[in-house]
Amino acid sequence: MIRQIIMRRLVQLVAVCWGVGTLTYLLVKALPGDMAYRIAASRYGADGVDATAAELVRQELDLDAGGFSAYVDWLLALVKGDFGNSLVSGLPVIDSLASMLGHSVLLAVVGLVVSAAIAFPVGLMSATRGGLWDKCSLVISTLVRATPIFVLGVISLIIFALELPWFPVAGAESAQYLVLPALTLGVSLAAVSNRIVCSSARTVFASPYYQFARTKGLSAWRTFFRHGVRNLAVPVVAFMGIQLVTVVEGMVMIESLFSWPGIGHGLAHAVFARDIPIIQGAALLMGALFVVLNLVVDVLCYLLDPRGEVVA
Amino acid sequence: MDRLLLQTLFIFTMLWSFSAQAVSDTANKSNTVRITSPFEFTSLDPSQQGYLFTRMQVIETLLNVNEQGSLVAGLATQWSINDQGRVWRFELRPDVRFHNGTALTAEGVVNSLRRAQERQGPFNKVPVKDIRVDEQNQVIIELERPYRTLGAVVAHYSTAIIAPAGLDDKGQVTQLVGTGPYQMVSFEPPHAFQVQRFDSYWGQVASIEYATYLTSHRAESRVLQARTGQADVVFNLDPASVMQLKRLPSVQLESLNLPRTLMVKVNSQHPFLNEPNARRALSLAINRVGIAQAILRTPGAETDQLLPASMPLWHLDRELEPSDLTHAKALLGQLGWVADDEGMLVRDGKPVSLRLITYADRPELTTVATALQDQWKQLGIQVSVDITNSSSIPAGHQDGTLEMALIARNYGFIADPLEVIRLDFGSEQGGDWGAMGWDSETQKDIEQMSDVNDPQRYKALAQKVASAIYDERPVIPVAAYTQHVAVQKRVKGFKLDPYERTFYINEWEWAK
Repeated sequence: MIRQIIMRRLVQLVAVCWGVGTLTYLLVKALPGDMAYRIAASRYGADGVDATAAELVRQELDLDAGGFSAYVDWLLALVKGDFGNSLVSGLPVIDSLASMLGHSVLLAVVGLVVSAAIAFPVGLMSATRGGLWDKCSLVISTLVRATPIFVLGVISLIIFALELPWFPVAGAESAQYLVLPALTLGVSLAAVSNRIVCSSARTVFASPYYQFARTKGLSAWRTFFRHGVRNLAVPVVAFMGIQLVTVVEGMVMIESLFSWPGIGHGLAHAVFARDIPIIQGAALLMGALFVVLNLVVDVLCYLLDPRGEVVA
Repeated sequence: MDRLLLQTLFIFTMLWSFSAQAVSDTANKSNTVRITSPFEFTSLDPSQQGYLFTRMQVIETLLNVNEQGSLVAGLATQWSINDQGRVWRFELRPDVRFHNGTALTAEGVVNSLRRAQERQGPFNKVPVKDIRVDEQNQVIIELERPYRTLGAVVAHYSTAIIAPAGLDDKGQVTQLVGTGPYQMVSFEPPHAFQVQRFDSYWGQVASIEYATYLTSHRAESRVLQARTGQADVVFNLDPASVMQLKRLPSVQLESLNLPRTLMVKVNSQHPFLNEPNARRALSLAINRVGIAQAILRTPGAETDQLLPASMPLWHLDRELEPSDLTHAKALLGQLGWVADDEGMLVRDGKPVSLRLITYADRPELTTVATALQDQWKQLGIQVSVDITNSSSIPAGHQDGTLEMALIARNYGFIADPLEVIRLDFGSEQGGDWGAMGWDSETQKDIEQMSDVNDPQRYKALAQKVASAIYDERPVIPVAAYTQHVAVQKRVKGFKLDPYERTFYINEWEWAK
């Protein structure tokens, strides 16, 4: 069964890589504004961008060449594993992406761990205790979800960097620097996932098999660990997988606020600069990452509940 | 449970190795000065973000610029101009070493300058005939015609001298090997790089061992870094946060007016803006004092002149013309514009509506743009404000779609403002960051200035150009640009360079 899941996802991976690369190429070409000026502004800054700089860029990068031939060149190079060079820095795309993606994956993974560490206890408490606890958790979750992630970041900076000077404000020099961006991301993700945990736990707690386990004399803890955890984890794991897709959106702001050199921020700047190889490379890697994440989620769900149908 | 424990250990090991890898072995808070500003970098090439590497004192130029804007010795100790301004001769400083230990040679300088000539920057606009080494081992730049500002051009960051050892076979910079008091130890674009003291520096060897540069895009983040002490020196502070930082005992605030002017670039061929009196009316309607006080938080920064008083050749001896809405309306009335029932101006039944674009690189611009929008609405002009990329300004100039743009133009970009004035006002088409469609005799005066050697004549022409710009308003200056910097009191000896060429880190010390 696991082999089937992997094969299906591998086919998807190839299709996603081609589709994402082609779409980003077409979309960037369709964006308004002269690419040469955008690239020149990113290379030389606002003080150095002018028509001469743009013309130099146009000639150096042969921007007037046919769009289709450039696309075919990119596709052929990709087959050989060559992502090309950035139009702005001239450096190999793969080097820039490796560094950016490494930072982003680290931030996303730690953010997800933080979100799980918040969501599971809060969600389970809401499901078991209900009443005022549940209402408070619902109100706070709604408020946090409604707050832009940038504001959450500033709040965490004010509390943990300014009032309690425990962590640095910006940079990526050591593990200390990861705490506040990961906490911001984790809190933002936990605002929804704790409600999923709560809802999933309630369904499990009310199910006949759970009631039967209690009736046959198992203790509350034993029932929870033997019959609760795996059953309630399936929808939560699936949801967290989907949540990771939306993390990119939040990461642009977080990475910008905390000067974290990740792919969200890098991608946003590449779009401003019309740096097509970076945009294609980043979108392609993220597309591939989502397929891989989905694969991991499928496998995890299968391991948690081997009875289930494989969800494509 | 064991698996969970293993996973947790794995994550912590990852974090630990990440932490150990990222920080240089010997740099720590006590020996490293941390500098933050909003400017990102992507390349080591001096022609691109070279201004950051001259500011961090990694690379140096043949000539330097002092705080008064005069050219002084740099890697060249002396320079002379012969053959009616066509031959420039530079005598190199002896005993200068690159960071890799090799000596600076005249051949190396020639190669570095030839490389700069092929790249973007003011040097590729110079009519160079030849660059060579003469018998006395001096560097000769021979020109096709006199070029008065060549000295200022070889003081520009794009002409910084770099060692060939840092270039690959295509001439791309793979390692930045310069001659400055600091050498590059780590480069992590687009956010951080670190430099270390260069003990064999020819000039004043630095006292502080390490310096790091961190790009911090958000003004809020920069203020917090200054407040928490995470950064020792924070540049480009948002004016609104300057007051709160002033109250902190650990921080010292430094502010300096730069030869950079906030101004409105105007399309003088636009049906509304093609009359000098219409542009003058727009200028009269601006409450500059209010903008300087309430938005820029720098009373006195208001100006209606292109260049500051610190550049007396180009500064007119005139008082600031006060805001006068009645006079502005009268000027427009003479041009046939009348107010409708809602107070908005119309001519031949058509209202006036303008588009003002600006860019977000500098935090003040967007706020000033909306203030101008409101002040011009009081005049009866509907203005829409668009925040866009800085490249939209030269692009809009070239394709003729630009109507107005709020910009912060740097006249100290090259030490002699004539170079920027010529780019901005020296041709009928105007300049990407200057006049647009401005029909004037001034272009001829600017052209003449390149060949004038008599100081009195030069000043007279500069004043004539400044007067024409002041009277006809092809651009509308609003305020001088003020640089606000927060410096932790543990750093001693900080000073600001009005030409933004250097941070003078080698002159800083730790306070005892």
